[in-house]
Amino acid sequence: MSLHSPTPPESRSFLRRRIFTTDHRALAVLYLLLGLAAVTLGTLLSLAMRIHRVWPEFAFPFYGVPRPEDYLALVTMHGTLMIFFVLTVVPQSAFPNLVLPAQIGADRMAFPRLNAAAFWITAASLLILLAAFFAPQGAPISGWTSYPPLSALAAAGPGQGAGMDLWLVSIALFCIASVAASLNFLVTIVSGRCTGMTWTRLPLTVWSWLVSSALTILAFSVLLAAAALLLTDRHWGTSFFLPAGEVVNGIALRPGSGSPMLWLHLFWFFGHPEVYISILPGMGLATSILANFTRRPVPAYRLMVAATLLIGVLGLGVWGHHIFVTGMNPYAGTAFGLTTMAIAVPSSAEVLTWLVMALRDRPQPVTPMLFILGFISFFIAGGLTGPILAQPALDSYLHNTFFVVAHFHLVMAMAGVFSVFAGIYYWYPLLTGRRMNEKLGHAHFWISLIAAYGTFFPMHFAGLAGEPRHYAQLSGPVTSFPSLIPVERGITFSALLLAAAQILFLVNLVWSARRGAPAGANPWRATTLEWAPFRHPIVVGEPYAYRGGNKPDFLPQWQEARPRPDLRSSVTGNFPHDRGAKEC
Amino acid sequence: MPATFTRHQVETERKDPGFGGKPPLDRRPTGGGGGDDNWDSRPSGRRGPRELLIRYRLGVFSGLAGDFVFFAVLVSAFFVRQTAGHIDASENYVSDWHPLWMPPILWINTAILLLSSLTMEMARRQLFHEIDIMEEWLGLGRPAVRRAAPWLLATILLGALFLAGQWIAWQQLAQQGLFFSTNPNSHFFYLVTGTHGFHLLLGLLALLGALVAMFRLKRVELRQIAIDCTAWYWHAMGLFWIFIFALLTIQ
Repeated sequence: MSLHSPTPPESRSFLRRRIFTTDHRALAVLYLLLGLAAVTLGTLLSLAMRIHRVWPEFAFPFYGVPRPEDYLALVTMHGTLMIFFVLTVVPQSAFPNLVLPAQIGADRMAFPRLNAAAFWITAASLLILLAAFFAPQGAPISGWTSYPPLSALAAAGPGQGAGMDLWLVSIALFCIASVAASLNFLVTIVSGRCTGMTWTRLPLTVWSWLVSSALTILAFSVLLAAAALLLTDRHWGTSFFLPAGEVVNGIALRPGSGSPMLWLHLFWFFGHPEVYISILPGMGLATSILANFTRRPVPAYRLMVAATLLIGVLGLGVWGHHIFVTGMNPYAGTAFGLTTMAIAVPSSAEVLTWLVMALRDRPQPVTPMLFILGFISFFIAGGLTGPILAQPALDSYLHNTFFVVAHFHLVMAMAGVFSVFAGIYYWYPLLTGRRMNEKLGHAHFWISLIAAYGTFFPMHFAGLAGEPRHYAQLSGPVTSFPSLIPVERGITFSALLLAAAQILFLVNLVWSARRGAPAGANPWRATTLEWAPFRHPIVVGEPYAYRGGNKPDFLPQWQEARPRPDLRSSVTGNFPHDRGAKEC
Repeated sequence: MPATFTRHQVETERKDPGFGGKPPLDRRPTGGGGGDDNWDSRPSGRRGPRELLIRYRLGVFSGLAGDFVFFAVLVSAFFVRQTAGHIDASENYVSDWHPLWMPPILWINTAILLLSSLTMEMARRQLFHEIDIMEEWLGLGRPAVRRAAPWLLATILLGALFLAGQWIAWQQLAQQGLFFSTNPNSHFFYLVTGTHGFHLLLGLLALLGALVAMFRLKRVELRQIAIDCTAWYWHAMGLFWIFIFALLTIQ
């Protein structure tokens, strides 16, 4: 733990050391705990949804039978928690804090205090979001996309009053925190690299964080502005998103000629890059882990960098494919369909490279490797339905069905979560000095893989059969899709199994911290700098110099820098954070 | 010497633009300690003052990129709202967008803001004069700070004057009966000038902070960073204002 931390941590109290700290690794742990809390709650919410869908009369303990609006609140809060507080926080905030400075040979972040502030704003944002459950009429019901006019009017439904306001404030804070954190990562990558760490020697995870940080700054600023405009619509009588002459719940809207389409465009201009923000770090990690456990170099490093950059650039121009069916100009739909298929090209380049890497040699079947193979499997399975949904004609049938739910849960949720698991299994020794248990890890992987496919793959068929999403129940007085109920039951059982499998992970996480096999300095015999056994390395080679079978088996990137006099006490030490708070 | 400077033209034959941003032409790979005192082989963050300056500048510029996108969204909302009419039952095009009377004082405000950018730039450049900075670094008083302070004060005054001018513009609009909630165009006017004003208010606080920091900070390079970053923020707000003002006037 203390390998890379800037000041000897023993000299400070627990609170200063672990909680109110600017040390990026302590912040990474805090982010991981925050993500764990969010993913636990988000999973429980999704299980409540699944149970309600197949047993509509089931009364939840301490609550009772969910009303239809409760189901929509569950959808909203599940989506918001998972997208923002799990799939953004962990890959784009926790992991960079954990290894980014180490991977580029920096002692610390460029702006450690900004970095710490970003965490605390994120924590405040989570608390405000959760407060929406306790708002007078409950949590908001307009989904994680909060389309107006439903989201613009308190009268539009239960939870659209105070609950919706809390949601908006929470998201606005989250935007500020994400921009601050990403700004710090971006500057750290550009200006913090150690001697010898040229751009072509950066690990691909760092390239991913560079692109996803730039995307975060642009995308989350747009969402922040959109949230601000929606708040003025709600409270200050503007009508940016309110159409003319609409009646909601029998109440005529204020006169205005605003456009809900404007929100859709702004939201998805954020929303689509957001997909890449959460998946790009996983993609970089996949390449790194594949090289590590096949003991072969990355065959096309520059191609992978180019693909990462291209995905980032093209990812800013495809948002329209989320809104084909909303009355957007059909010609625009065609254009967005084309850009969407264009982004399949760099994505396929990455996938094919992974396949080449995974198939050309026998990979070591350790848990991080398994989870990355799972990640690739989900990325392909979910990704292949992407070009289908990119066709405006097909999308107009499939858009409001479970087909879309299947698509994004495979390609974003499951792929994202599996890459997160891979990262945790892979980097766990950095935090504890021990490896996680392999047997538990394998069991966790196989049960999760099968249960995840069991949960999300049948949704394709349900969607093709026309099962709509956002409906609280399929049974009841009027049964719309009786033949689908067995499929739905299977999905629910599978989801319960998937959630239960995570208990293995939690047990492993806690058990291995004390009892796991000691890892040593470089347990995976990896080449990248986070495994360097000393501070202040210099970089002497490319990031993935594995030599499959030859001796030595791998050439680490690092070399120990020439010993120097202690810079902390020298007059020319230039880092303001070193020198006591008074001077800064 | 751990401070960034640019040479004055009098001091050297070289054509140095004096922006403080370009590396000195004779930059050697040493930290000045001679021998193998090479800053480039130090851990990041300890490679001398220019590294630190560039790092903070990069941070400010990245943040401003996000801010620019924020303003761009407001402007796109403006355009969408402006063209969002509908055709009613009797085939008439109905739009609730009314042109806004622009208070002429905005022209004066614009001039004031531009002038404040000029004084800010004067203040910023004082912090990069070689001789002054050399003296500050050697501890022979604070000539650069002394010279920059009046310019910085002038910037603060002009900035406050601009905000007061914006307030007056709002008052004038209110006297015409144009309030925030009057029509879509006035929503937009108040929203965008309000957002910009809020940014300037933050800028004023940053300027005050920089003024205090100039006298309080013990290290030359941190004084330079305080002024430099505030200056770029201030310039960016000037640019944003020109953008917004042009949009509001030309509409």
